[in-house]
Amino acid sequence: MPETLFKVFRGEGAKGELCEYPVEVTEGMVVLDAILQIQARYANDLAVRWNCKAGKCGSCSAEVNGKPKLMCMIRMDELPLDEPVLIEPMRRFPHMRDLVTDVSWNYEINQRIRPLKPKPREADGTYRMQQEDIERIQEFHKCIECFLCQNVCHVMRDQQVQEFAGPRFLIRIASLAMHPLDTLNRMKELKDVFGIGYCNITKCCTEVCPEDIAITDNAIIPLKERVAGAFYDPLAWLWRSLTSNSK
Amino acid sequence: MESYEIKEHDVLVIGAGGAGLRAAIEASAQGVSVGLVCKSLLGKAHTVMAEGGMAASLSNADPRDNWEAHFRDTIRGGKYLNNWRMVEIFCQEAAERVNELEEWGALFDRTKEGLIAQRNFGGHRYPRLAHVGDRTGLELIRTLQNHGIHQGIDIYMECCIVDLLKDRDRVCGAFGFRRESGQFIVFHAKSVVLATGGLGKIFRVTSNSWEGTGDGHALAYRAGAELIDMEFVQFHPTGMVWPPSVQGILVTEGVRGEGGVLKNSEGRRFMFDYIPEAFAAETSDTEEEASRWLSGDPEARRPPELLTRDVVARAIRSERLAGRGSPHGGAFLDISGQRDAEHIKRKLPSMYHQFKKLGNLDITTTPMEVGPTCHYMMGGVRVEPETAMSTVKGLFAAGEVAGGLHGANRLGGNSLTDLLVFGARAGFHAAKYSREPGDAAEPSKELLKKMEKLALDPFDPERKENPYALMADLQETMELHTGIVRTSDEMEKGLELLQALKLRGERVHVEGNRQYNPAWHYALDLKNMLCIAEAITLAALKREESRGGHTREDFPESSDVLQKVNTFIREQNGIMYHEHREREPMPEHLNKLMNLPLKKG
Repeated sequence: MPETLFKVFRGEGAKGELCEYPVEVTEGMVVLDAILQIQARYANDLAVRWNCKAGKCGSCSAEVNGKPKLMCMIRMDELPLDEPVLIEPMRRFPHMRDLVTDVSWNYEINQRIRPLKPKPREADGTYRMQQEDIERIQEFHKCIECFLCQNVCHVMRDQQVQEFAGPRFLIRIASLAMHPLDTLNRMKELKDVFGIGYCNITKCCTEVCPEDIAITDNAIIPLKERVAGAFYDPLAWLWRSLTSNSK
Repeated sequence: MESYEIKEHDVLVIGAGGAGLRAAIEASAQGVSVGLVCKSLLGKAHTVMAEGGMAASLSNADPRDNWEAHFRDTIRGGKYLNNWRMVEIFCQEAAERVNELEEWGALFDRTKEGLIAQRNFGGHRYPRLAHVGDRTGLELIRTLQNHGIHQGIDIYMECCIVDLLKDRDRVCGAFGFRRESGQFIVFHAKSVVLATGGLGKIFRVTSNSWEGTGDGHALAYRAGAELIDMEFVQFHPTGMVWPPSVQGILVTEGVRGEGGVLKNSEGRRFMFDYIPEAFAAETSDTEEEASRWLSGDPEARRPPELLTRDVVARAIRSERLAGRGSPHGGAFLDISGQRDAEHIKRKLPSMYHQFKKLGNLDITTTPMEVGPTCHYMMGGVRVEPETAMSTVKGLFAAGEVAGGLHGANRLGGNSLTDLLVFGARAGFHAAKYSREPGDAAEPSKELLKKMEKLALDPFDPERKENPYALMADLQETMELHTGIVRTSDEMEKGLELLQALKLRGERVHVEGNRQYNPAWHYALDLKNMLCIAEAITLAALKREESRGGHTREDFPESSDVLQKVNTFIREQNGIMYHEHREREPMPEHLNKLMNLPLKKG
């Protein structure tokens, strides 16, 4: 069996070093297999998150040779094996141990998004929705919350803006704002609480999405247009200021 | 003794997949304080892996469907071993539980009329599965998660439970630790809901994630609860078989629901050769009829690929043993000859992606290679049908960890609905129980100290056993001795080997410290895995017949006598005790449903 060298970041609280391990490469192997092999053979206490090993749970996000990936979905034969394979934790999030980072901030943002407030059912007790009207939102619902988009977003990496929800949660808000049953107007919080204006459409999020969700084109840009329409369109502004007293 | 983090709740829910989330939501709606413990991050539980859909007789795709037909199919699929009262409740409440998800934001695929679309699946007489492409589980868990986080539930992520706490005969909490810090946490609770899912990880080839270590089964057993039907493990007929690193990953039954066919190395659609007599009346016997069914002819009978999972898994194995298997020991599953590429990508997007990425194969043009993989545990904690309470006071169970609903074989699509129906019931009744008078004492210091010691024993430097090696040996033992086809000799050998593994389990050693140390987590999981491996093997050895997911080479026929009994396991004086007990006969109003004539379209 061919062997290749892995360099895996190990340590606690951002203090650590790259440790070298040999990996026996078998046919069809993915990077997560290599990490689990290292764990079983050489480093029993190597901390790593993983669950489904099939690209469906979004747990095993890491930086593989500097690129943000799901480790369970990169085959070893996609990588140049004549040089060491570099495995590091996601950079954006506070480091905990080895390949595990503190992603709790994402859960806090999600908590701040108001849940769906559905309109009443039809007289026959059903909800009627046409497939073509929900297809776009079904695309957003494919999100497996791997947080790779949050990890690479420039606004979050470089500017460290606190009032910016990040691409993952902008698509979640989009999935609510475009939901045929939702009755809430979410434009004000999109602008003020979730900071959609900060996104400068570099599409880094879209590029790393393992589910191929067109985050920027299908969610963020349409939301930006709606927010612009609601707050920066002079006619709409005039209308709002004339009618605001009547509420 | 170190100081513990102490949390108090009326209801503690252990496990945050579909059943746990649904239970927590329902308990919280009753106005009590609820704690929800998840072993991983929220939303990562094994429920995300469910693909095909959730069964409910909404009758949107075929007006002939109703709860009675669903009842009949579930009992027939379970080979008559199911708890009929659970099945009755399940089929009657399924539609309401599925519909309610829409109010919480779920978006199922639609019919032309704009209603929830339903797809065909094995063993269901009518198209019955509400679905979202082939990622229904993700939709379910995300919907419950995003609804649940606004219900005032306290969520403990990456937290493992080591054991339940009891005060005399009732449960009063749980002892666990935070994975991140390794610090212990003690939960005081008036009732506890187990929603820990399955145990596939005790087998080598499985569709389950690392979390599926039978924790709830073992926690309940150690707390004195009774387990039921532990011999019934479902081997899903279609897991990936190649390349080796993906062996066992699930290929949804939706592939066959959408028209996929199984072929052997000679290109023959072999399922026509394996139609059981009891299903002959409703199964196509020619390819011509099967293809009429696929094009929507209501007079045509269902293709044999949609027989129940136990039948299909055994057929694939027989073909392989007869030398007609695929190159890597499975069978060919082909959808490319039945549907066009666009349909396949729309209805089975994850399967398309999974094979393209992991297997270098385009399922719109090429057949997949598939073979059986350990997928689901039919057996589990014995519960009261109405309340989901176990035989221990204050201890409830819902979802895969509970037993009884699915009998000897679960129909695809019935699991997701199970999570909702019995998750909600367990949550409701656990909340109700928590309000009943009766003061449970706090756990004694001695008990906590004992638990702390047991949990920390693996750090003892005198110990030498590697948890990863032990786990691999356990998986191999179960695969070989209590796998898809069983014999008495093999299982007796298996029980001996398990005793030896248990001794090794007492010497498991963990290096490093307590902070996010997977070796330590595995060492503690192993205790649960060894316990349930023994329960499964013992139950399987004692059932001397073949039925559903339990296939005995030495007893190939089903027995009329054993059809009437279920297997029960509990701890008695430190020993694993088993017995067969007769089920109460099905009442007339349900019995007559079993003979309902097939309605014509």
